[in-house]
Amino acid sequence: MIAQGTAPALKYTAQNDAAEAIHVENLHKRFGELHVLKGVSLSARDGEVIAIIGGSGSGKSTLLRCINCLENPTSGIIRVNGEEIRMKADSHGHTVPADRKQIERIRSRLGMVFQNFNLWSHMTLIENVIEVPVHVLGVKRDVAIAEAEKLLARVGLAEKRDVYPAYLSGGQQQRAAIARALAINPRVMLFDEPTSALDPELIGEVLKVIGDLAREGRTMVLVTHEMKFAREVATHVVYLYNGLVEEEGPPEQIFGAPKSERLKQFIRNIG
Amino acid sequence: MARIIELLSPTPPGWGGTLLVGLLHSVEIAAGAFGLGLVIGICGAYGKLYGGPVVRDLLAFYTTIVRAVPELVLILLLYYAGTDLINQLLTAMGYQRIDISGLVAGIAVLGFVQGAYSTEVMRGAILAIPQGQIEAARAYGMSPGLLLRRITLPAMLPFAIPGLANLWLIATKDTALLAVVGFFELTLATRQAAGVTKAYLTFFLAAGVIYLLLTLVSNLIIGRIEAWARRGMPSLKEAH
Repeated sequence: MIAQGTAPALKYTAQNDAAEAIHVENLHKRFGELHVLKGVSLSARDGEVIAIIGGSGSGKSTLLRCINCLENPTSGIIRVNGEEIRMKADSHGHTVPADRKQIERIRSRLGMVFQNFNLWSHMTLIENVIEVPVHVLGVKRDVAIAEAEKLLARVGLAEKRDVYPAYLSGGQQQRAAIARALAINPRVMLFDEPTSALDPELIGEVLKVIGDLAREGRTMVLVTHEMKFAREVATHVVYLYNGLVEEEGPPEQIFGAPKSERLKQFIRNIG
Repeated sequence: MARIIELLSPTPPGWGGTLLVGLLHSVEIAAGAFGLGLVIGICGAYGKLYGGPVVRDLLAFYTTIVRAVPELVLILLLYYAGTDLINQLLTAMGYQRIDISGLVAGIAVLGFVQGAYSTEVMRGAILAIPQGQIEAARAYGMSPGLLLRRITLPAMLPFAIPGLANLWLIATKDTALLAVVGFFELTLATRQAAGVTKAYLTFFLAAGVIYLLLTLVSNLIIGRIEAWARRGMPSLKEAH
């Protein structure tokens, strides 16, 4: 496919010296007749926090889910840590990962946090957090447990380690899900509307945890409706409209001096 | 009364020992068939949910036929035709005919029947798992085998247990059907004892009580397993 040098120039590259953790180029995604992504490019260098904003149906969640191939892109290039995900066409003409081992290896280094938490209901919190380190990454159980206890303490859930997810509030479940993502020592964290399923009074506790992670220099791609939060923590904001990047730039510019009419209207409506 | 106790005594001339041997064989067959049914059921459910069109059609054919034909007919068909077919194949390939033991044949035949019902129970249970939990496992790089073992099977268990418990109880009673092909299980043992002693009422009542006890013990164990499988789920009473 396209070599690094011939890649079309991205509009924004903040820290050119930092290695590129995520590189998405000319990504298309069709669901049958529906053309959800129409050629989106995105780059996240180490230490960057990319916030993807946009209205309902703009394709922002689909874009995030394409990065770890939870949705298979129809065409385009995705590189994680410089490694391009190899795709092939299956017998129905759908694009699928060509190498299952490769995609599993890449996924095990991307910490995904979902809108609906998606903790494993038959496992306690500590079991949820050590599951991937022990069974996917091959970390020794006692080492994983010690690490998981630290992570649970960090998100304020130390005393809930032996509780099953169903007995916890949404905010607690989401914080546990963040601990689960951190446990794999992720190269990049992917957040898919992490506060959208929460009661308003629980949003703050989750945003605080995510904000702390951003401030300590974690690389993140964050799909969110929390504009104030995006403005605070993001180093770069991407506004998607109808499957295309309508405008992108540093948060001060996107929220302070938007150029596109659609973005102006979007910020007015949501603010 | 003294005569009844004498008849049911576990040591000869009582026939209690014979009945217990019959019970043991029944439990062996039921456990084997149920286990085989579980394996077929998991594979069948996966095939129906994720397989290609050919696999799905074959499985639909299997579950439809097995569930449509009376079990007694299937048992007669598979037992006689199945063993005959295996021996014909063996002789055609130049091997000696073999004697297939009643135990193996019984497990295979009942397991084949159980597998069809089990497939549907498992399929329903897998569909009941919140899809996000499967998706999270994929997102963290679990291979399909690991995902099955660590997430899908334990997560579907609470939804599968009521249906599987039915299948287990049916398996224990279906062993009685194997009496018609001469397999020595509880019902055949009872018929023998009753036939020799002419104490029909005593022995068939005794057999009924034994089947009932088997069910009661099963229920106890199933209850324990269900409580364990539902460990992450608040009970409905707590939730309201």
